[in-house]
Amino acid sequence: MARKFSKVDSIFRFLVLAVASAIVVLTVIYFYVLIKDSAVTLRTGLAFITGSTWNEEKGIFEVLPELYGSVVTSAIALLLGVPVSIGVAIFLSEQCPRRLRFPISFLVEMLAAVPSVVYGLWGLIVLSPLLEYKVYPVAQSYLGFLPIFRGRIFGLNFMTAGIVLAIMMIPIVASISKDALMAVPDSQREASYALGATRSEAVRMSVLKYARPGIIASVFIGFGRAFGETMAVTMLIGGAPDIPKSLFYPGQTLASLIATSYADALTPAYRSAVIEAGLVLLLVSFLANVAARTWIVRVTKGREAASFA
Amino acid sequence: MSASNEAKMNAVSLNAWYGAKQALFNVSLDFVPNKVTAMIGPSGCGKSTLIRCLNRMHELVPNTRITGKVLLDDQDIYSQGSDPADVRRRVGMVFQKPNPFPTMSITDNVVAGLKLSGVRDKKRLTEVARNMLERVYLWEEVKDDLKRSGASLSGGQQQRLCIARALAVEPEVILMDEPCSALDPIATAKIEELIASLKEIYTVIIVTHNMQQAARVADYTAFMYLGELVEYGETSQVFESPKQPLTERYVTGKFG
Repeated sequence: MARKFSKVDSIFRFLVLAVASAIVVLTVIYFYVLIKDSAVTLRTGLAFITGSTWNEEKGIFEVLPELYGSVVTSAIALLLGVPVSIGVAIFLSEQCPRRLRFPISFLVEMLAAVPSVVYGLWGLIVLSPLLEYKVYPVAQSYLGFLPIFRGRIFGLNFMTAGIVLAIMMIPIVASISKDALMAVPDSQREASYALGATRSEAVRMSVLKYARPGIIASVFIGFGRAFGETMAVTMLIGGAPDIPKSLFYPGQTLASLIATSYADALTPAYRSAVIEAGLVLLLVSFLANVAARTWIVRVTKGREAASFA
Repeated sequence: MSASNEAKMNAVSLNAWYGAKQALFNVSLDFVPNKVTAMIGPSGCGKSTLIRCLNRMHELVPNTRITGKVLLDDQDIYSQGSDPADVRRRVGMVFQKPNPFPTMSITDNVVAGLKLSGVRDKKRLTEVARNMLERVYLWEEVKDDLKRSGASLSGGQQQRLCIARALAVEPEVILMDEPCSALDPIATAKIEELIASLKEIYTVIIVTHNMQQAARVADYTAFMYLGELVEYGETSQVFESPKQPLTERYVTGKFG
């Protein structure tokens, strides 16, 4: 009997180990392929991400405008999307009547499953004209003193892409944050109430702080989604490889560059440039994840493991 | 047992429900100021529910309700216009499982309630933190590293930290819901010693499933069974010459 169990155990351990190693192997293969196939432009070194020239005849390919576009649209998405997401999460976990919690959570999670091309179409047909003619002119009249809101308003631009990214990010960030908040033990809430805290004070003094690692993780998952998002951004950003001062001008991102130019990449240098853009995309996401992990470890340092039970 | 001016708190014909299930039946009880009152009885007898009604914590559980009155200095804490947050500041609570805020330092844990009521003066906060930690006999054990997380302490230290946190808002009554049930005997002895010193300033009401503990720390003892108050009197009377046969059977260990 005992021997039979240990045999099952070792098969199980082998299977789990094999699956885990597959992840490591896949990651190595990713990086290997990306590096091998971008060898031509990798030789130009850092100029690839610090220069703005894109000239097929001369064979010069530099992606600073695209990197800028990815960073700026993701930043807009985070700035607009994270506060809303955390608000939704707090509502669902702390305020929402019990009977409504499940149906509303279900709707939020369903929004995360809407294909990004649908978000892109909706952004193009519904949101973009509304923003261009109704919202941006008003925003400009109040905030026009800032260079980022000055000048001509284009139909497709950084801001519109960023806003749609924010909307796409909310369901996923909200639902992960909600799970983190709901995992906070009630004893923490009771401790706050017993000191005379109101509901919102209890959320601020104990619940949010306790759930902070999970909320940070959700924000970085949201960032990853926005930074790598391709379809919707390609449809909304305008495809101009520039670094304009204004967010109302069209731009380009790394992901949309890859999507729109891979079919044209006929020369080895061109092809290599597009693949290196993918490598940059992967590296930034990778570094963002490392940063998130480090931050979470720092935040949770000194806490007893039991306090998470 | 009607409301008298001498009592700090009175429960008056108190009934409490969780959904359709009634947990308290017409409980009336006077709590004597600057004394320790213990609530004893088998699990599920309503003793925890009763003390959670005394600072309006009961209503935080969804679908609960109560009828009757709870007087604090002759004022009904359930009357219209009574603010539950005010009630809870005046009637502090210590829970069964120590629940310090793990993201806060020891000092910040102690003064969390003070900060809530708007005290910002750093000097005053540090001073209060020290006084309270001394009062719960924790100062000597933690003074070298007050920046540590409150959750890094041992269970008994955490519970004393929670008591310090409750005392820092200067309540008039302290409710303790089985404060030693998660602690070892040495930590328990320290908390019991602390309870004895607290009654000089506060009115203490403690729920315990441990009859020896009630006999050691309490001046008055109330025995509850199936949501009803069976007997209430001075601790020595309840344990040595109980009036109700049910009380006698319980305190002599024939059931429970």
